[in-house]
Amino acid sequence: MTVYFLCVVLLTMGLYCLVAKKNIVKKVIGVVIMDYAVNLYLIIIGYKTGGTAPVVEPGMGERALERFVDPLPQALVLTSIVIGLGVLALMVSMCIRLYEKHGTFDMSQISKLRG
Amino acid sequence: MENITPQLYTLLVFMVIGSIVAIETRNLLSAVISVSAVGFALSVAFLFLGAPDIAITQLVVEILVLIILIRGTILLDNTAVELHRDTLAVIVTLIFFGLILGFGAMIFGSRGFPAFGEPLMSVSRVYVMRGLPETHAANIVTSVILDYRAYDTMGEATVLFGSILGALALLRKDGKVAKKEVVPA
Amino acid sequence: MKGLTLIVKTITDFVVAFIVVFGAYIVLYGHLTPGGGFAGGVIIACAFILLMLGHGKEVAFSRLGERLAHVLDSAGALAFLIIGWIGFWGGYFFLNVFGRGEQFRLISSGMILPINIAIAFKVGTSLFIVFAALAIFRRRSFRSMIEDELS
Repeated sequence: MTVYFLCVVLLTMGLYCLVAKKNIVKKVIGVVIMDYAVNLYLIIIGYKTGGTAPVVEPGMGERALERFVDPLPQALVLTSIVIGLGVLALMVSMCIRLYEKHGTFDMSQISKLRG
Repeated sequence: MENITPQLYTLLVFMVIGSIVAIETRNLLSAVISVSAVGFALSVAFLFLGAPDIAITQLVVEILVLIILIRGTILLDNTAVELHRDTLAVIVTLIFFGLILGFGAMIFGSRGFPAFGEPLMSVSRVYVMRGLPETHAANIVTSVILDYRAYDTMGEATVLFGSILGALALLRKDGKVAKKEVVPA
Repeated sequence: MKGLTLIVKTITDFVVAFIVVFGAYIVLYGHLTPGGGFAGGVIIACAFILLMLGHGKEVAFSRLGERLAHVLDSAGALAFLIIGWIGFWGGYFFLNVFGRGEQFRLISSGMILPINIAIAFKVGTSLFIVFAALAIFRRRSFRSMIEDELS
């Protein structure tokens, strides 16, 4: 139970970094931390005590197949990790463009909508 | 290995401490390196949890995240400016934390939370038992994402394509200088 | 001299070939051992990014031109869709209509191997192009921006 609680703590810390910091790169770091927390939570759900990785070897009987960890959350997390990489590339290119246009990373000055 | 809870707790505490360092430090380069340390610890945690496929992917993706973040920030403004504490943000974060714990207790309070180490596996039992005879793929995770659920993988490839297209469109040429002719009348 | 120092260039020349071979191994054996198209594609992209960091972008573009990378990217995505559409003739979308072969061999398991190769092409060249765009993008210096604002 404490394991799930620590995952929620990690998610909340990522959210705090996203909301409370003014530097836009810190906000991107907050999104990355939230990504890690969600992926870790999904894999922890599928873990079986004393289980092995879901790769079948030649000569495995039915008994060994019963000891596999859950492969379905792993399929979801594989998708999620690669999509997180694509979204991060887009966010960093937006940061570079904002710095190019406004000269600073500070969000409170960027959002003032100067003409 | 039979009991991985001590190693898992150690890695989780290390990740929380690394996140605290990444959030609070003022130098941007230190923050980026701390986040990458969290990512590498996450890859080791995946290895302990019986997911070698995910550990390989997380490791190489973490290397690329580090390269992209450093390229995005190293040549530019290198320190963060923090003047005052934003109380509204802290209150919002605490409300969110309470809501997550409250909803979790409400959903799982009556039936009991599924204990750590005993997954339900109501759908995956079919995939594990019939994976090798039907698809002849020894890696069951691959057979799930490329045979039983290939439609989701097509969606993922599309999302990756779209986001890379957006990033290329943003970085296309040098930023234009604001035209001098547009003078406020 | 573009790129980094001579030591880095020598080691890069030595190591890039091994990285590409390792990435190809993870892609091709994705249905037998852990790995698959996504991890292998990212590893191949890392090899080309190492070439660009060590030698400068001209050498990297002489190995894998920009137009060829765009073509391979789109070809990988199209190949994925075409393989899915072939299954449509058998019954439903993404039905595995190729031959299964024996178990635990390299050429087996129907359409999983071609899809792994297509995904590796797509992911690898996409990430190489994005990094090339990030590296080429030249920022205007802060001083010239201040001069533009004051004038």
